[in-house]
Amino acid sequence: MERLSDMLIKQDAFSAIMMGNHALVRAMLEAEVKVVTTYPGSPTPEIADGINAIPEDKRPFYFEYSVNEKVATEIAFGASMNGHFSTVFFKSVGLNVASDSLVQLPLMELAGGMVVVLGDDPGVNSSQNEQDNRHFARMSYMPMFEPATPTETYQMYLQAAELAKKYRMPIFLRMTTHVCHAREKVEFNSLQISSPDWTPAFNASKEGPFIPITVTVHPMKKRALKKLATMEQEAETIDVNYVASPNGNGIRGVISASMPAMSLMENLDTTDAKVDLLKLGLSYPMPKNKVLEFLKSHDEVLIVEELDRVMEQEIKTLAYDNGLACKILAKPDTMLGGELDPATTYKLMADVWPDIFTKENTLIESESTVPRKPTFCPGCGHRAAFYAIKKVLPEAAITVADIGCHTMGSFEPYAVGETLLSMGHSNGTGAGFSIKNDSRKVITFIGDSTFFHAGMPGIVNAALYDHNLTLVVMENGTTAMTGQQPHPGSGEISDKISIDKVLEAFNVKFIKRVGAYSTDKLVAALEEAIEFKGFSVVIASHPCMLKFGRNLRRKKKDFPNIMTVDKNCSKEECAEIMKFDCPSFNLEEDGSLSINPILCIGDGSCKSSSKTGKLGLKKRSEVK
Amino acid sequence: MKAMNIYLCGVGGQGISLLSSVITSACMEAGYQVMGVDTHGLAQRGGTVVSHLRIGKKVFTPMIPDGQADLVIALERLEGLRGALSMLKPGGTLVYYQTVLQPHKVRSGEMAYPSDVEVLERLRPRGINVEALNVENLPDYRMQNVALLGKLASMNLIEDIGSEVFEEVIKTAVPEHALETNLAVFKQAMDS
Repeated sequence: MERLSDMLIKQDAFSAIMMGNHALVRAMLEAEVKVVTTYPGSPTPEIADGINAIPEDKRPFYFEYSVNEKVATEIAFGASMNGHFSTVFFKSVGLNVASDSLVQLPLMELAGGMVVVLGDDPGVNSSQNEQDNRHFARMSYMPMFEPATPTETYQMYLQAAELAKKYRMPIFLRMTTHVCHAREKVEFNSLQISSPDWTPAFNASKEGPFIPITVTVHPMKKRALKKLATMEQEAETIDVNYVASPNGNGIRGVISASMPAMSLMENLDTTDAKVDLLKLGLSYPMPKNKVLEFLKSHDEVLIVEELDRVMEQEIKTLAYDNGLACKILAKPDTMLGGELDPATTYKLMADVWPDIFTKENTLIESESTVPRKPTFCPGCGHRAAFYAIKKVLPEAAITVADIGCHTMGSFEPYAVGETLLSMGHSNGTGAGFSIKNDSRKVITFIGDSTFFHAGMPGIVNAALYDHNLTLVVMENGTTAMTGQQPHPGSGEISDKISIDKVLEAFNVKFIKRVGAYSTDKLVAALEEAIEFKGFSVVIASHPCMLKFGRNLRRKKKDFPNIMTVDKNCSKEECAEIMKFDCPSFNLEEDGSLSINPILCIGDGSCKSSSKTGKLGLKKRSEVK
Repeated sequence: MKAMNIYLCGVGGQGISLLSSVITSACMEAGYQVMGVDTHGLAQRGGTVVSHLRIGKKVFTPMIPDGQADLVIALERLEGLRGALSMLKPGGTLVYYQTVLQPHKVRSGEMAYPSDVEVLERLRPRGINVEALNVENLPDYRMQNVALLGKLASMNLIEDIGSEVFEEVIKTAVPEHALETNLAVFKQAMDS
């Protein structure tokens, strides 16, 4: 198994099993991208992992983790105006953060071209919604490619790059979770890495205007629409918009894009049903002539698309405008959510055309077993912090979660954090809860990466109006949930930006920093903060132990100790300790508690859960 | 070979993706088309993690439809049961390592962790073949995945992929200093 870092920069053409996210990195190199930016978010973090696998001295482009998606977009935009082909990538809801700047991009003349890579999440695998970002392409007049596989991701990025450079414009490459993470054999072209030309090419007087304001907006919009019309011509002839299974039956056809198109192909492959499939890879702007031709040559056409009725509405409009008799069919409302996997797609086809899709669905009877939710890792400071918080939390308190690993505090047994909107929402939402509310204390949470990402405006506002709430900053020194990426406070990019100093500068009057493992001190600080009238902040800090452990193992070391439970620990006390809920605890049949050596890292964060000191440490080497 | 769907599962941190990539590489070596997908992100934090592998002449999508797996390979007993219940075809095979990682509802005493007997009893009506593996004196629990590979090789579960193919892939996937121990575990599991 060849190392990813070697494969990505291989000069010769080759083929290898690769994840969509990694195949994209090879495409970036081949397309000679010069500036790449991101803010980490599933399903896209492995794109950055691929980039980081390449040693910096061998990487011909600039890459950074920006502070949020909006800044990342602006950097890619600035670089592109300066003549450097750029790419920004982020998750579905990252587009909401970026959107204030992003919707302006197509108005601009982007000398270097730009590709915006989206990781949409139909099926809600790791996001707070499953919004359909195809709407953004329409809203901003920005073309969109929709790859369905790792191979298509690689090919379509190359095509998007070429067109973005040619027409000096931004283009979307919309991936979805199981395109990002799918692995298959991909055939790669050869790669010539040349040293890039970094001459700043920005020319405001010649290529402008670049200031969209009142009267300049309409000419800029006109130019954007003209580029879009040109792209529609490209969409008519580009090879990724094609009839994928030409049966030439003239009766039934399907129009689809992205992963659902593959689900269709899979189903068509296992039946004798004759159905033509028009697959759109460059789906916006829609190639109207190509679609019209397909509609005219079939009696019935089914639109198969995930999430919203985006293609359906455009195609129905087209048919209406052209007075077509072709019957256009689409999914029921029950399929507006979730992924169109092969089984769901089959169900749709069987509902629409029961005469040709007759196979019985061989669904097995579902049976449940013990659930397993994600949880804090052994040694996680968040668990220790929630354990302390539970001790002081007033019964009527309102707790507001934010995004990050600490969101899992809302699960049993802590159940702290009762509502969630978006990155950094907690202090705005918390302030809303606190208005004219003297009876129910409001406690909000935020992680340290989110603090810098979008948390600061809400915190400034809370400090400014002295809203009566207590914020607990869950600090672990990294962007943990998405794979431990650096952030402004982690000290890996440059000197740490101190959250304490930032809070001081915001005139926050109550700031206490406590180690998350120090239960008694944390309890005392929280009590004081909750008593405090106005905006108070407690920083509960402990480094991410998953990251710490990975770094240890990279140095071929292990955690030196594991926990022990005194054999005289009573059942009652064992039950008390169990409330700490570390996954390395085992409940034995007799109600006693034991330690699972596979999981325990001997961190001691659990110690305060035993009032009589029944939890101790021993050397890992003593465990057989 | 005929098309085959392999579903791998375990708990975040157990090394499912390494296991999956070794099997993928072995299938590639044997000349099959393979498509797969792993769980990433949030769910990895001590939750159920899965990896889908689809092998055959023509593979279109990476995810195995429910109830369409021929083989479920699990690094943990409860996850093995869960994977088999939701993904295995009637008459399919479950191979699991005897690891027990209790989830919250078991630690809290609300629910009972399934025994080996319960796993068998719940799967028997579906005609599922169940193999549980436990290697005595495993040098490091992180080698459970290599032990499972040994078991797979000895059971000849993936057509045309014998132990020598797995061994070759292990040699390229495991760092040199750990190779000898890993190959020893692989062989020990083959004989178990």
